[in-house]
Amino acid sequence: MSILINKDTKVITQGMTGKVGQFHTFHCKQYANGANCFVAGVNPKKAGEDFEGIPVYASVLDAKKATGATVSVIYVPPAGAAAAIDEAVEADLDLVICITEGVPVHDMLKTRYKMQGKRTILIGPNCPGLITPDEIKIGIMPGHIHKKGRIGVVSRSGTLTYEAVGQLSALGYGQSSCVGIGGDPINGLKHIDVLKLFNDDPETDAVIMVGEIGGTDEEECARWIKGNMKKPVVGFIAGVTAPPGKRMGHAGAIISGGQGGANEKLAVMEECGIHITRNPAEMGRTMQKVLKK
Amino acid sequence: MKIHEYQGKEILREFGVPTPRGEACFSVDEAVAAAQKLGGKVWVVKAQIHAGGRGKGGGVKVAKSPDEVRQFAGQILGMQLVTHQTGPEGQKVRRLLIEEGAQIVKELYVGMVVDRASQRVALLASSEGGMEIEEVAKHTPEKIHTVRIDPTTGLTGAEASKVARDIGIPDVANAEAVKVLQGLYRAFVEKDAMLAEINPLIVTADNRVVALDAKFNFDSNALYRRPEIVAMRDLDEEDPAEIEASKFDLSYIQLDGNIGCLVNGAGLAMATMDIIKLYGGSPANFLDVGGGATKEKVAEAFKLMLKNPELRAILVNIFGGIMKCDVIAEGVVAAAREVNLTVPLVVRLEGTNVELGKKILADSGLPIISGNDMADAAQKVVAAAKGK
Repeated sequence: MSILINKDTKVITQGMTGKVGQFHTFHCKQYANGANCFVAGVNPKKAGEDFEGIPVYASVLDAKKATGATVSVIYVPPAGAAAAIDEAVEADLDLVICITEGVPVHDMLKTRYKMQGKRTILIGPNCPGLITPDEIKIGIMPGHIHKKGRIGVVSRSGTLTYEAVGQLSALGYGQSSCVGIGGDPINGLKHIDVLKLFNDDPETDAVIMVGEIGGTDEEECARWIKGNMKKPVVGFIAGVTAPPGKRMGHAGAIISGGQGGANEKLAVMEECGIHITRNPAEMGRTMQKVLKK
Repeated sequence: MKIHEYQGKEILREFGVPTPRGEACFSVDEAVAAAQKLGGKVWVVKAQIHAGGRGKGGGVKVAKSPDEVRQFAGQILGMQLVTHQTGPEGQKVRRLLIEEGAQIVKELYVGMVVDRASQRVALLASSEGGMEIEEVAKHTPEKIHTVRIDPTTGLTGAEASKVARDIGIPDVANAEAVKVLQGLYRAFVEKDAMLAEINPLIVTADNRVVALDAKFNFDSNALYRRPEIVAMRDLDEEDPAEIEASKFDLSYIQLDGNIGCLVNGAGLAMATMDIIKLYGGSPANFLDVGGGATKEKVAEAFKLMLKNPELRAILVNIFGGIMKCDVIAEGVVAAAREVNLTVPLVVRLEGTNVELGKKILADSGLPIISGNDMADAAQKVVAAAKGK
């Protein structure tokens, strides 16, 4: 088992025919069972064509009807990304993963409002995607650093997720699933949602959660962990050295009004029983220590 | 992206929010002419910089004659205005706003933000005008009234009217306050703002509701569809290194340490700064080269870092996903040759094509210090910066 996706998941790619979409679809198809997972692309102007043998449909709904796919991944450029999410939600998919970086915040506010009461789960935008090692990769992460195993990884940042995964794999600890939830202020799944999924997953033994400055999602997640989590959690927060008020690449990473600072987050996480490290090079070894106890 | 107060007031007026009459000026003569044109007996001379806290720093003065306007404009224009938001070096004043004076009966606060928790636009309002909302939130949170706005209805008349009453706007001015709050909401949504503040919003002796200040911050992801906002950008208010970086699509923020960092990805870039600090060093910058960096982009990133006179060493930390290590390595080698590298360079590569990347560095013959992992690289660069 794993969370959200596995080797039998059927995926639609929205924005498959663009340069970015083509590049990543090619690599996702190559990874593990990808050739059987990536079954459709969407482009209203190119319906009937194909890319690497993957047929292109005019709409998400057409693609879903023709292939039975239940998940979509979005590489559509920023101006059209929110509308692409809306389309996937209207087609009643299980899960939508929006990789696109730079989506206007007000577009996401409208899209999240429209998603109320719908069952579709959103990951992202501005995220690397998610992977269940040796089964399926949906997104832009380098597949080869992952290793099948029993540690869950959830992070707001792309490359910092790779760092955590790389450290785990080097120490011999494989991963059940790795989820990049993205760095934008208005997004889909939060840390807490992914932790709940890992808690219920019989094939996950422990979780690394990687956060960063801005917002209070990590604190809320930590409080939930304290009362509910049955498995050990290792945590790191990036941005202890970030000056207040400056935007550090991710729109969500702004410390303002005394909330969302890295030290405050780490303090709350520690209080809630999370095994924190202040050293980003020690995420893997911290997990090793916890598991050997 | 931030704009000046006078530009913010232009936007407010476009959405029916009353402001004092005023004019932006770039010289003392213009300031005096503006005061004469405005007429009246009292004028406010206001420094236009992007930072807040201008009044306390001596950047806002009330003039009672055209001579005083001349005197204050002369003092403020060109001064290095220091506020709690500018840092100790301050910000040079290049523009003024000359405004008619206002008779203030009440000072209030209204602001709008994107609220992450509710995923809505939130209106914040308080009776404590003129104070920083962060301070009010800390000491008297019960004085802040919040409305999380339904995007389908917008801020309703009933909501706006209640907030106006809650913060003490007299009933005779309630209708006007509703107009102001709804105008602010429309401006916020239609211009893609991330933050908007009117502090203070005042009630005048004749019961008018007027925006005495205006602060806006816009979503940089949405600027492609807001050319009128982009036209308001004032490059004098931004860090020259950051402007240069944005031309090459690099995300760069200057800090006060001496170890330059070149990293892919914002989270890893922050973590790299953190680990440098953890091992006793101090980062000179935040620099995210992004996912699709080319050789040229890496070279530009090096040039940017080397412009900093404090720089003592550089750490390149790459975890290649989309970004291939060989591309980065070629960029690093080309840049090191082109710019005549004068400080020690530590490189840590991991991920896609890492062996190829390491070989390119080794074959270059350049004195590049190789870091085996993030901790090793950070320790080596901290030692190198200290001349060890």
